[in-house]
Amino acid sequence: MDNGVNIKQKFFTPRTYILLILSVIGVIIMLYRLAVGLGPTTNLSDTHPWGLWIAFDVMTGVALAAGGFTVTFAAYIANWDKYKSIARAATLTAFLGYVLVCIGLFLDIGKPFAFWHPFFFWNPHSVMFEIVICVTTYTTVLTLEFLPWLLERLNILTGLKDFLEQKPVVFCLVILGIMLSYGHQSSLGGLFLLEPHKLHPLWYSHMMHHWFFLSAICAGISMVSIETILGANLRNVEYEYDVLEGLGRGASIALLVYFICRLVDIGVHGKIHYIFAGDAASILFIIEMGLCVLVPMIFLSSKTIRHSVPFLLFFHSLVIFGILLYRFDVVFLTESTMGGFYFPSWQEIAISVGLVSLGLFLYKLIVTYLPIFEVPSDQPA
Amino acid sequence: MWQEGLKMAKAVLVDITRCIGCRSCQVACKEWHSLPATYEEMRGEYTNPQNLDSKCYTFIDFLDQGKEYAPVWYFVKHQCFHCIDPACVSACPVGALKKLKDGAVVYDQWRCIGCRYCIIACPFQIPKYEWDTTNPWVRKCDFCADRIEMGLKPMCVTACPKDVMYFDDYEKVVAEAKRRINKEPGKYVNHIYGLEEAGGTSWLYISDVPFEKLGFNEKVLKQPYPAITWKHDLSTVLLEEAGLLAILAGIAYFRNRTKSKEGQDG
Repeated sequence: MDNGVNIKQKFFTPRTYILLILSVIGVIIMLYRLAVGLGPTTNLSDTHPWGLWIAFDVMTGVALAAGGFTVTFAAYIANWDKYKSIARAATLTAFLGYVLVCIGLFLDIGKPFAFWHPFFFWNPHSVMFEIVICVTTYTTVLTLEFLPWLLERLNILTGLKDFLEQKPVVFCLVILGIMLSYGHQSSLGGLFLLEPHKLHPLWYSHMMHHWFFLSAICAGISMVSIETILGANLRNVEYEYDVLEGLGRGASIALLVYFICRLVDIGVHGKIHYIFAGDAASILFIIEMGLCVLVPMIFLSSKTIRHSVPFLLFFHSLVIFGILLYRFDVVFLTESTMGGFYFPSWQEIAISVGLVSLGLFLYKLIVTYLPIFEVPSDQPA
Repeated sequence: MWQEGLKMAKAVLVDITRCIGCRSCQVACKEWHSLPATYEEMRGEYTNPQNLDSKCYTFIDFLDQGKEYAPVWYFVKHQCFHCIDPACVSACPVGALKKLKDGAVVYDQWRCIGCRYCIIACPFQIPKYEWDTTNPWVRKCDFCADRIEMGLKPMCVTACPKDVMYFDDYEKVVAEAKRRINKEPGKYVNHIYGLEEAGGTSWLYISDVPFEKLGFNEKVLKQPYPAITWKHDLSTVLLEEAGLLAILAGIAYFRNRTKSKEGQDG
């Protein structure tokens, strides 16, 4: 807090107002959805029971929030010092991401006010049960990780703050967070294990839940990189090139592992010919795995690229687009075999846009007023 | 596991060759379940309504299998197959869907949270949703579980004038299907749809034309669907999590131990 860089930043800029307006529109439509139900607000149907909210707000949102557990692993578990400076920002992104995912889920389920049922009526065999439990528990863990910074700022409950900042407690939370993340990141793919005759063979695999986990790591690292760049722009400070360089290398390695795993899986099951079939699915697959995984993987392995901020922004965005495409492909290719047609209604789009705006708005609010980018004072200099 | 339960379970054999397409079953089903009539448009074909929905648990699909000027009509009754090991029951996070001992797969609207995973999970696309209410239920054929409990036949079976559906214990129904196929060789296709599909269903079909021509999904796996996710259920995940915990704790211990020593040295 000594340099006071954060506080001096002007909070209400035109962009902030736009985010605020979009969030307010989103919230109004959310209330409308709660008042009238899914039918009038969405284009969902019996052939497309899951739409934009599941594919984007939940599936993609959870994947993009994977930066939280990835960076806390690097900073605390692996004890790589240079990532400690971004651990708070990454945790904050994950926390906000999961809050938005929870709101998205709450709006998407047909009976929002029955959201607590899974805690009382268990069906441990259900992949969905596991997701609900893990997502809610992980959101609690992230809240506990975030809480000390809020308490520090408000200067209340210092006892609780000190407890939550003790090393054993932090490590327990971090390890629990990684375990829970593994559980539900993979389970989101595991949902589609039940669709062997609906999902296209290029995406269906009996190991697809693992590919969801691996691809989430890629998305998480790319998300944190972009956030580090934009965060530096926001505060008008120098880019942390050693961090960006490390994240770029990490993304390249994660993409390599993911790419090899998925291609070997496809090859072993004799599905290679589907890639070159020339139909819509093969084109989608080539864009998803070629353009958005292979290309960033190759370019991010170059040191020159990793030291250029525009290139980093471009290739990390490509990775994120690829992961978004992966989630959309899995959801909508499954539903395409159920017949019918789906394109989200304007209310669905407005709520999704509103949630993203709300996230960005809260992010800016929190980094402006809470100690997110400062080195913790108890850290030896 | 489920073979034990089968002794109690009821089943239905649908003989497609017998159906005349009168739709008595459709009407009777609506009556018993107090389902409202719906407005339908003329579409230039006889199937009406076009598909199952939240107000329609069963319908007859009218299919012309004849050659150019000689129509040959087939009437295929659609409703929940009541799988012996149902995908929807395994998918539901709150156990709102249950397989009863007498064979019916039933839904408990008080437990349901509305995640709609059952609609995605069902290999036959049976569960339908009430999209237009603020307290929506999943709707599908319930095998008239209340009637079976009273010792009655399901409403559609009772209403049928042509004895298309044979309702009895599961084993007797399977035996009857085999008997009919063997009694008149060449009449039926040698395939009981539902005997192996999705690991076996409580509603079985026999026909004199191949089932894929009648709109039956031939891609449905011939094994119980829940078995696919047993590999990824909570106990497996807990085991993986335990391994992950050990690895993470190990890395954390070694990485942080060396670092703190370096710190002390410096």
